[in-house]
Amino acid sequence: MRVAIVATIVCFVSSLVLAGPDDDNLTINGELEMITETVAPTHLEGFDVIYSGWRFRTDETQSLQIDDFDNPAMIFVDKAIDLFNTVDGTEGKACVSCHEGPEQFVGLSASMPKVIDGKLTVMEDLINSHRAEVMGAEAWKWSGEDMQSMIALIGLQSRGMPVNVAIDGEAAPFWEQGKEMYYTRYGQLELSCANCHEQNYGNMIRADHLSQGHTNGFPTYRLKQAKLISRHNRFRGCIRDTRAETFAEGSDEFRALELYVASRSNGLSVETPAVRQ
Amino acid sequence: MAKGVKPRVKVPKSASAGEIITIKTLISHQMESGQRKDKEGNVIPRSIIHRFTCEFNGQSIIDIILAPAISTNPYFQFEAVVPETGEFKFTWYDDDGSVYEEIKSISVI
Amino acid sequence: MKLTRRQTVIAGLSVVGVATLPLPSFAANVPLVGLPDEFTRGASVGSGNIILNTPEIAENGNTVPIHVSAPGAVEIRIYAMGNPVPGVAAVTFGPLAAAQSASTRVRLAGTQDVVAIAKMQDGNFISTINQVKVTIGGCGG
Repeated sequence: MRVAIVATIVCFVSSLVLAGPDDDNLTINGELEMITETVAPTHLEGFDVIYSGWRFRTDETQSLQIDDFDNPAMIFVDKAIDLFNTVDGTEGKACVSCHEGPEQFVGLSASMPKVIDGKLTVMEDLINSHRAEVMGAEAWKWSGEDMQSMIALIGLQSRGMPVNVAIDGEAAPFWEQGKEMYYTRYGQLELSCANCHEQNYGNMIRADHLSQGHTNGFPTYRLKQAKLISRHNRFRGCIRDTRAETFAEGSDEFRALELYVASRSNGLSVETPAVRQ
Repeated sequence: MAKGVKPRVKVPKSASAGEIITIKTLISHQMESGQRKDKEGNVIPRSIIHRFTCEFNGQSIIDIILAPAISTNPYFQFEAVVPETGEFKFTWYDDDGSVYEEIKSISVI
Repeated sequence: MKLTRRQTVIAGLSVVGVATLPLPSFAANVPLVGLPDEFTRGASVGSGNIILNTPEIAENGNTVPIHVSAPGAVEIRIYAMGNPVPGVAAVTFGPLAAAQSASTRVRLAGTQDVVAIAKMQDGNFISTINQVKVTIGGCGG
């Protein structure tokens, strides 16, 4: 009995030590100050303050994102610059044939996903539709290196800008669908996104320090896989870990969830490409 | 050549004679350890970058033998002192026989 | 007793290493980091001015940042004693190295000791040991 009580106290104390985000500030390359903590958007009922996932990581992991040379994601950004200038497909075109440079996409990723021609569109859709319709090139695989490197390059142009996705108007029904999914318990473990990332952020899930699950740093270089991870890949991983049959990458369900989760980050800086464990 | 290997090197463009400069290098590479198995249970053969060297005007700064314990996309940071204007030569040696090179110039003021 | 632990680990490793060292499948002329006693060749290993910086707890064993420094060293070798292949890197410093130090990122197959051994200009060896705890992630592991 005494052992049990002691164990409980120890658990309680250790969870207290790690409860919540740390107090570090994220400034990239010594000049770009990032908003990693801000007032939650009004449509979010779960909490008052939102924190970037960066604030939940160890100092060692955090440091990989502070300097662009130390950030391993940047080799993929470099590769995407090459891809941007490389002709592909039947029309003899490269991205650069129509777009002056990646810089013209400033702000785009901060506002994605968005409804275009009645369809909820994510970055992967935009890139593959341009490849198909303009370049006559084969679609890139959703979570493949080429696709996620290009999304990281385009996302980098918005780095430091606040996430600002629209949830009203045409986006409203998709947003409602995504919200419904966020609070739905999936799998044999019967866990919803909210169970971990809203009700238990800051606590430990085994040895992992739970964040609020924001997507403002995606695609993210994940140390576990040592490559860029797409948003849908991360969704799939989480739902799979609840022991559920998961939705597919590129499914309409995940597009809707992507919009809703992005809207929860409204106000945090775009960190793409971030580094996480 | 292993697919899509891309080096990335950071050195200052100029320095004063005798100044200590920090060099950072990163190269995209899977660094297949030889410890993993495929879906059929067969060992995936080791395929890594096994050596990295950095020279300045033909003189060695650092020479590193890498084992499979070096992480995917190998990263190194080290310090050099350059006596005169010249070129850094960075070389990575792949198990498959490929050699990747990168040259960076520095002017010593 | 730091010295005893170091000697024990190094001596113990050479026995284990000989027993389990897998046959390499790559070209025979590829240089290997090898085992500690292949570096020290029976010489005594002392303590001294050698610093090994490792995180106390690594969030993911796949990418653990480490830094090693031994002023005056000719060569520094790093070993992860709990890995299937313990050798991590052998770093030789040339005349234009401004410091006998380097940083890299390594894979650690679980919580274990990381060892750095430096060969000094006079031929003596010094070493240091750090334990790194490697955590297992969330529900996915």
